[in-house]
Order: sequence, then C-alpha cells, then structure tokens
Amino acid sequence: MTGRAWKFGDNISTDLIAAGRYYHLRSNLPELAKHVLEDARKEFAEQVKKGDFVVGGRNFGKGSSREHAPLIIKIAGTRAVLAKSFARIFYRNCINIGLPAVVVDADRIDDGDELDIDLEGGIVHDRTKKVELKFPPLPPVMARILEEGGLVEYIKRHGDLVIAGT
Amino acid sequence: MSGQTLVERILSEKSGRDVRAGDIVIAKVDLAYVQDGTGPLTFRQMEAMGLAKAANPSRTVVFIDHASPPPRKELATDHVYLRDFGGKLGAVISDIGGGVCHQVAFEWYVRPGDVVIGADSHTVMGGAMGAFASGMGSTDVAVAIGLGKTWLRVPETIRFDVKGAFPKGVYSKDLILKVIGDIKTDGATYQSMEWGGPAVHAMPMTERMVLSNMAIEAGGKCGPIPSDEETKRYLKAHKREKDWKPLKPDSDAEYEREVEVDVKELEPMVARPPQEDNVVPVTDPSVKGLRIQQVYLGSCTNARFEDIKVFCDILKGEKVASGTRLIVTPASKESYEKSLKAGLFDVLLDAGAMINSPGCAACPGVHGGIPGDGENVLSTTNRNYVGRMGNPAAFTYLASPATAAATTIYGVITDPREVV
Repeated sequence: MTGRAWKFGDNISTDLIAAGRYYHLRSNLPELAKHVLEDARKEFAEQVKKGDFVVGGRNFGKGSSREHAPLIIKIAGTRAVLAKSFARIFYRNCINIGLPAVVVDADRIDDGDELDIDLEGGIVHDRTKKVELKFPPLPPVMARILEEGGLVEYIKRHGDLVIAGT
Repeated sequence: MSGQTLVERILSEKSGRDVRAGDIVIAKVDLAYVQDGTGPLTFRQMEAMGLAKAANPSRTVVFIDHASPPPRKELATDHVYLRDFGGKLGAVISDIGGGVCHQVAFEWYVRPGDVVIGADSHTVMGGAMGAFASGMGSTDVAVAIGLGKTWLRVPETIRFDVKGAFPKGVYSKDLILKVIGDIKTDGATYQSMEWGGPAVHAMPMTERMVLSNMAIEAGGKCGPIPSDEETKRYLKAHKREKDWKPLKPDSDAEYEREVEVDVKELEPMVARPPQEDNVVPVTDPSVKGLRIQQVYLGSCTNARFEDIKVFCDILKGEKVASGTRLIVTPASKESYEKSLKAGLFDVLLDAGAMINSPGCAACPGVHGGIPGDGENVLSTTNRNYVGRMGNPAAFTYLASPATAAATTIYGVITDPREVV
C-alpha cells in the first residue's frame, strides 16, 4: 500500500508542528492534531490521509521536547517521517511513540510522489519515480523499541530498561 | 580513567563503567522533572506503563510554569491533574509563581556531577552547574521518574575554549548567538557543547547559564561547564554548599572538534527571524534602527535578577519609547524578590513597564505578551521561530538584556554600547 509524500523544507520546528497558541489542546490530542503543521502547510492537516508520509529536509523537528509534535503527526495518519536529518529529541520521541523516523536522501522525493516503505529492508520505494532509496538501520536499542511498538509497550513487556551491552 | 571529556566523566560515574563517546549506557538519574506542558503526558504515560511510583520522589519535581497563572480552563485543569498525580508520587510541586523550571531547578536542585533529565529542551541549562543535563520527551521522562534511570548514547564533544575580556555592553548572550550563527542550528546535533577557558571561568554563574541554556539551539544534547570556585560560590549563596564538588574534563580528553573564541572584539549580536542562527551584529543595517513594538525581558535564558539589573542600569531615569511596550517576566520567585528589594521594579514601573509573575509567559507563546500581526518583538529569550511567541504573523529578534534596554529607550533596535 502506498501513501502520498508531503514535502516540507529544512528546519521544521516543533513550533511549526504543534504551535504554542494551541497549548491548551495538549491534553486533547485529536483536537490538537487538527492543527498539525498548520503554520508550515495549512492544507496538510485537512488533506492528509492514513498511510501518507511526511518528508522533511535537514534538522526536522528542531526545538522543543514536546512529544505532542510526533504524536499528532502520527494521529493524523502519517505512516513514517522521512528527512535528511532530524533534531535529536524529536527523533527519539518518534521511536518512543512508535512512529518510524527514517534518515533518507529526501531531496530525491517530490511532493505528491507515491511512496512505500520496507522498514526491515531499509528501503523507501518511490513508486512515482520508480526508484529505491536506501536508508541505514536504526541503532539496535531504538530498533528494538520501535519493533515492540514504542517505549510504553516496551516497558509494559519488560518492566525495565534491558539493553544489551550496557 | 583518563582522556575523558566532562560528559564522559559524568556518565562513567553514573553508569558504573569507563565509557567513551559512542557507547550506549544506562545511567542513574539524579533529578527528573516535568513542566505543565509536558507533565500531563508524562503522567498519562506512567499510568499506561503501570509505573505508579517515583524511584526517587524527593528528586522528582513538577514545575507549573508555562501557564502560570493559567490563562485558560484547559490549562488550569491540566494543573489539577499534575498536582494530584505528582502528589501521589510524593514529588516536589513547584507551583504557579515559582518560576521557570530550569531556573528553579538550577537554584535549588541541580548538583555538579548529576544526571538531570527534564521534559523540556532547555533542561540543558543545568550543564552550567557541571552536570549532564538534557531534555527528553514525556515518555522518556516517565521512565526516568518511574525507574530512576535512562538509556543514553554518550555524545561526542565539541570543546569551546573562550578567552579575552568582554567589551562593555557585550555579554554571554552575544557570545552564544555568535557561536550559533557560526555553527548553525544543527551544528552540534547529538553532541555535547563543552565550555571552558579563562573567559568562561571568569564569568559569573548567571552568565554561564546562558551558554548552557542555548546549547539546544545548535542541536546540542548537553552544554556542560566545569564545576569550579564560582560554582561553589553560587551553591553557597543558595545554602547548599555541601552539594558542591569540583569537576573538570581531563587535560588529554579527546574532542570531536575544538573551537577557540576570543571575545575581546565581540559585538552585541541579534538573531533575526525565523531562527536562532540568522545572526548579525547589532550594527548591521538589517536590524539597526528597526522599529520594535514590544520589548520582552523574560525566559530561563535571560530574565534573572542579574539580567534585570543590567537592563535597569541602562533604563534608569528613562522612559519606554512611544509606540513601544515593555513586558518583564522574571525567571523565578528568587529573581522577582531580589529585583523588588533592590528597587528595580521602581525603575521598570517609572519607565512604563508591565511586570508578569514569574514563569515562561510569552516566550513559548502561551500568554503574557503575545504580539500582534506584523509586529516586531525584541526579546531576551532563546527562540524566534515562526509562531514561537504565539503568533505566526509576528517577528521575534533575539538579543541580550543590554540590547533590549537600549532598544526600549529608543523604540528601535539600538546598540547598547551607545548608552552604557
């Protein structure tokens, strides 16, 4: 099943994803999700469909630690966030909530391209351009958390942080 | 153990083995905190994970600072939940009026050598105490509170060696803006920004805090500064000298990169919208003389007593320019009280300022000074993204308290060296 690429530029901040003026909606995530990325691309929240992809440039998710930012991207239906690079806290938050965050050469993807992803194989398929974009695997600890559905599910299952080699 | 950076030393101690950049560790967490924007989600995640207790209640702090006092019923109701769940955990509640989490944590809780995890990106400010302090999302902090530990990748370090004496009217805010302008907002992503050198050791703690605070604006994971005699003086002034211990990197530490900075010719700097690395000297024609509708002296970055003092020393006897408004939000109750007792509120009120209760207020765009469409704000805060201060149609320029004061008097961006 493919999904549409929604392209965003470099340095998309968490303020662009989950704006401060909607602070009062942070305990009402479905309502907050209606405003996801509103100040970057107003039509995104209205038109995004389940299984679509958010495609950013460099330093996607820079700024605050608000986990609400990746949460509302996920709630809006996004299957994965692809970017040339991520800000650290946002990247870790994505994995913790079970939203794949993939470092890939996003310049080769255009807005509206139909994409599919093979997470285990490390490949983004651009069906529109008929090209395959390879991406490196997650660090093992993050791959494990993502496989298990996020950090909440991980802790529910293991009751502890159990990480090989630590 | 030798050859370690500051962050490697701290994380070796807290993980019980000799670790280096790139290692994955599980570290003991000495202080975990949330604020009212991230705390409700943290506590909901604790409930979802079945974590009903805090591993270390007296070192778990709930700060109610972003919506303080709450401007909306939804936020007030979040506060009800935070006080209730935080109370069940036995956590410390720093309630409305106490001040910004990072400032209050620094005054009363952060210790040299600590691992500090906060659900807010400016947690990095704790680095100025000689701690490993880093911001994380709500779920990571939920685990840190419940289990008393977290997993970390030991970061590589960029070492900033600072020498020279600051010229009059130039401050650490100008230094960090210059550095961010040079290395850009992702120039230290995943890395530790370690500060040292004679100019850093000569800085009072409140100036060092600005350097650590804005590490995140370059993408940094932490911004540690060695613990020295000034650290001891600061702790003693807060009646916790026993928390002090000296801490510094090894002289043969291995750095990813070493950057030397001489501040003797540094100028006052301004970060233009839409982000913190869009930096020019205050003399640049794109900012000098720019009409400013609102000056905002606030945030964990630059609204301590010492910042308000610098501001008032320039403002004293002058008025806020016609067409400009001045809003002041002291960073903490301590800064608020010290400013009041030192007569600084008289200076501010005589000039025509308005003063908020301590907290985050307009910095993250929640309340207390959200700008109107098309307006320009000169702010002592840390971020100037589109929408950051609550209005995507307004423009925020970041600068030091001194530049903010000079700008207040003239109503246009003004070089503070012209008035000091």
